[in-house]
Amino acid sequence: MSHTFSQKQLDGIEEILQEDLVALGVHCVVLIDMAGNIIANLDNGTMEHDIYSLAALAAGNFGAVSTMAKIIGEDEFSLLFHKGEKESIHFSKVTSDFLLVSIFGKEVSLGFLRLKVAEAIEKINKLL
Amino acid sequence: MAFVNLKKKEVQVKVVYYGPGRGGKTTNLEYIYSKFNHRIKTEMVAIKTHGDRTLFFDFLPFDIGKIKGYDVKIQLYTVPGQVKYNATRQLVLRGVDGVVFVADAMVVRKDKNIVALKNLQDNLAAHKKNIFTIPMVFQYNKMDLAAQGIPLLSYDALERSLNAQLKVPSFEASALTGKNVAQTLKKIVSLTIASLQKELV
Repeated sequence: MSHTFSQKQLDGIEEILQEDLVALGVHCVVLIDMAGNIIANLDNGTMEHDIYSLAALAAGNFGAVSTMAKIIGEDEFSLLFHKGEKESIHFSKVTSDFLLVSIFGKEVSLGFLRLKVAEAIEKINKLL
Repeated sequence: MAFVNLKKKEVQVKVVYYGPGRGGKTTNLEYIYSKFNHRIKTEMVAIKTHGDRTLFFDFLPFDIGKIKGYDVKIQLYTVPGQVKYNATRQLVLRGVDGVVFVADAMVVRKDKNIVALKNLQDNLAAHKKNIFTIPMVFQYNKMDLAAQGIPLLSYDALERSLNAQLKVPSFEASALTGKNVAQTLKKIVSLTIASLQKELV
């Protein structure tokens, strides 16, 4: 099984990620599938992360955390977030197949980011 | 589950190296990484225990150039071979497009290969995939040990014990010396791409 997105869908997704997240100060956003493939990625032009490795690790990490949730009787954890000194990383499920990874600095608050991510996901879902 | 990006004209394909613990899955990736590092832009990612055993997976992205105008990126993964890590093995198999089963040719590991193969079948089934239809290649590893007098299963014995029903391509190899490592990779890549092309038509 493979999935394919049209140019129109990808343009739409990138526009949402740009306007709702990158334009507001998020350093880097990557939309991936649960197999670790990259669907779309955008950054503010200053990032040089190895996003292919990041995507593979994010998918693995998300899968591991979801399995832990099930073991303790939860469907899923609502907040998946790793805080660093300068950069932090936030994961949010888009559908059961896709995951949105946002990397942001101290100038963006977690609450604001979560709000914006939720809005972006709602818009992206309409395109999928 | 391969991902086709029509905008960037790029295809991402996931190939997983599966097999019993200490069979040489990570060594395969390490050899590929050392030989083809001019094509690999990033570091190999390895999540391992303090004892140097794979804990979650190894990951190596690999560009193989263009096929029909599409840039093809092969994402190579290994699974942890140790029996106790089945939950993580299952996670790594999510969205797999092709499998290399690295079997250990040592006589003493005969049963371990069979257990791991059965485990692969079960874990693929958990993702609604069939071991009989997924692109797959066997690699009978550790052939270099024959020179040290370590008893190895013959090619025919390995074929009978693992590949009698599946009947997929197989290679005698040594991940340590690199014998047939590239051939194994080439074979699984061509099988996987061929199967994707069928699906995309």
